[in-house]
Amino acid sequence: MQETPVFPASQNANNYAIANRAAAATPTGVSKAVRGLSDRSIAWLFVAPTMILLLAINIFPLIWTVYLSFTNYASNRPNRPVINVGLKWYRDILSSPEIWTAMQATAHFVFWTILFQTLIGFSLAYLVDRKFRGHAFWTTIILIPMMLSPAVVGNFWKFLYQPQIGLFNYVVSFFTGLPPSSFEMLGSVTLAPWAIIIVDTWMWTPYVMLICLAGLRSIPDYILEAAEVDRASRWRQFWSITLPMALPFIMLAVLFRGIENFKMFDMVMLLTGGGPGSTTELASITLKRAAFEAYRTGYSSAFAIILFVVVFGLANVYVKALNKVKQR
Amino acid sequence: MTKFLAGAGALAAAIAFAPISDAKADTLTLCWAAWDPANALVELSKDFTAQSGTEMKFEFVPWPNFADRMLNELNSGGKLCDLLIGDSQWIGGSAENGYYVKLNDFFDKEGIKMSDFAPATVYAYSTWPKGTPNYWALPAMGDANGWFYRKDWFENADLMAEYKTKYNRDLAPPKTWVELKETAEFFQGREIDGKKVYGAAIFTERASEGITMGATSALYPYGFKYENTPGKYDMEGAVNSADAVAGLEMYKAIYKCCTPPGYTDSYMGENLDAFKSGQVAMMMNWFAFMPGMAKDETVGSKTGFFVNPSAKVAASTLGGQGISVVANTDNMDGALAYIKWFAQPDVQKKWWSLGGYACHNAVLNDPGFKDSQPFAAQFLEAMGGVQDFWQEPSYAQLLQAMQKRMHDYVVADQGTAKEALDGLIQDWTAVFQEEGKL
Repeated sequence: MQETPVFPASQNANNYAIANRAAAATPTGVSKAVRGLSDRSIAWLFVAPTMILLLAINIFPLIWTVYLSFTNYASNRPNRPVINVGLKWYRDILSSPEIWTAMQATAHFVFWTILFQTLIGFSLAYLVDRKFRGHAFWTTIILIPMMLSPAVVGNFWKFLYQPQIGLFNYVVSFFTGLPPSSFEMLGSVTLAPWAIIIVDTWMWTPYVMLICLAGLRSIPDYILEAAEVDRASRWRQFWSITLPMALPFIMLAVLFRGIENFKMFDMVMLLTGGGPGSTTELASITLKRAAFEAYRTGYSSAFAIILFVVVFGLANVYVKALNKVKQR
Repeated sequence: MTKFLAGAGALAAAIAFAPISDAKADTLTLCWAAWDPANALVELSKDFTAQSGTEMKFEFVPWPNFADRMLNELNSGGKLCDLLIGDSQWIGGSAENGYYVKLNDFFDKEGIKMSDFAPATVYAYSTWPKGTPNYWALPAMGDANGWFYRKDWFENADLMAEYKTKYNRDLAPPKTWVELKETAEFFQGREIDGKKVYGAAIFTERASEGITMGATSALYPYGFKYENTPGKYDMEGAVNSADAVAGLEMYKAIYKCCTPPGYTDSYMGENLDAFKSGQVAMMMNWFAFMPGMAKDETVGSKTGFFVNPSAKVAASTLGGQGISVVANTDNMDGALAYIKWFAQPDVQKKWWSLGGYACHNAVLNDPGFKDSQPFAAQFLEAMGGVQDFWQEPSYAQLLQAMQKRMHDYVVADQGTAKEALDGLIQDWTAVFQEEGKL
């Protein structure tokens, strides 16, 4: 059987010419060294630097963290003997009311931000998908918040929430008639968890919108046209065609935002510092405090591993669900 | 081309493997917090450069990040600092971990006597274990938590008359915490110069040390103690005594009644802003800011100062720092020479005149000292009754626990004062058990 050429003849000639030029430019020493190497070896040669880098900055620290999580090591006590404490930190963490409070705060934050971002993001995408006058301009405007640094967002929302001079309180006051200084978004135990949800929703809804928009634009026009021919109502078209076909994209956005918000640190740290009290102390803030303020390296390593397993486990379950939806 | 590539490669390798530190024998880097006294020290150090030829570099880090930045530097064995003016609470860890150079031999050799410095500052800034003649720093910057007040409002005839009628005493800087609360309530919500003003700006910051430094300013005068017997870690009945509960309740009462709206996460900077902008009648803050405030063009002439009010006893929360030589400096001789120079009475006098709080007796015992600045007498009084947080090697964990308990109770309004202090004992007990001290 004759083998089908990969490239047409003219292109093959061109490829040979490029290969010859590359061979001529290769220093003699290098060409001698690689002569006789198999394609597989050369492939490994190219991939090796990346692999080594990945091992050095991802895999090794992970293994080292697992090791540290079984020790009493504290980075500010280099002279203290390092002893094996077994599963002590894991037991302490899993039975600590403070850790569970932080996990609850994280779950509250993740749940509501994802819900709001998905609803608003999809609605915005649906709107922007209808091509109206100036839609490109408005799309750009909507995208601005996600282009800002979380540190900047945290700082300026701190000013917006300031009860005496903050714009937010005045806007609420305008609509509700409440005096602007009568409530504190960041100082109230009841309102602070919602304050961080509002800011994260403001910042990341555009990101969800972009992914949803990609989903909506991937729906072939002919399907909707066929539905119109069949006199399907707008609602029926949305419910039976648009939503199911955009669902994998929505789920992908939820996955990305879920993972990101589970790890949320910078914006909340700048906005509330975890306060008032520990009301908005998310798991990552607790982890940072244990690792870099209290210097409980072994303890915080165990906590980091637990968080990693939780995120990794949930993400895996979710990806399986996502694949099922895509296969439908 | 090949030669060019080889040359470029060699240059890149040279840059990559060159030592990061550019430390030279005639250069010293001094690390401290970024605040008013640091600027005074830059001025003062010009004399050292002129005398010794050593160029001084400075690494000043803003207070909220100062501990994080510097402790990470020490823990990682960094070579950024030759000299470090570190917080008093770091001394236990830095001594035990070998981060600071023990200065006893050097002091003996150079004739530097610790008896030349105020005893409270030597105890707090230099010794570890506490109170023993093992010196790890030279007292550099005395400091305590004090109060600033709007003199012009306190001297307003109408307000004075109204206050006298209401409280049957003169409107004057409060001497007790009860008076402080009443005075703050008097000003709270009042309109002065067409602007709504508030009673007091206090520390409520959550992330670093703010609320602990603020709350202890009420706890110490009410009789809070860390231990029943020093060195025994027996905290039950000391940390959560009825006096301590009363002190904490007072701090929360002032937070509730008399701070500006949204005052949930405020420390030095926020308090200075609130005071300078004419929002508050009184402000809690460190003595270190008083020289700058006295010179402030807007409110300097209208500002008065008073010592932390008393309750059962007169007491103030200790601030301030000693200057230490970092053990892995490449310029040990230069660093020690700086300490020797800094310890001289004349240099200490100039340090005070520039806005630094000298701890040398030659400055503090000078007959003209009390009148040398509008806050000098108060500084002397405060330093007579200072108390400090734990200085244990595990101080960071101990501080973090207190930050949480105080913020939960005072700002987040969760639980009672007794529960907060009971919880604090639990947290601290766990830390000391982990340390093998209990």
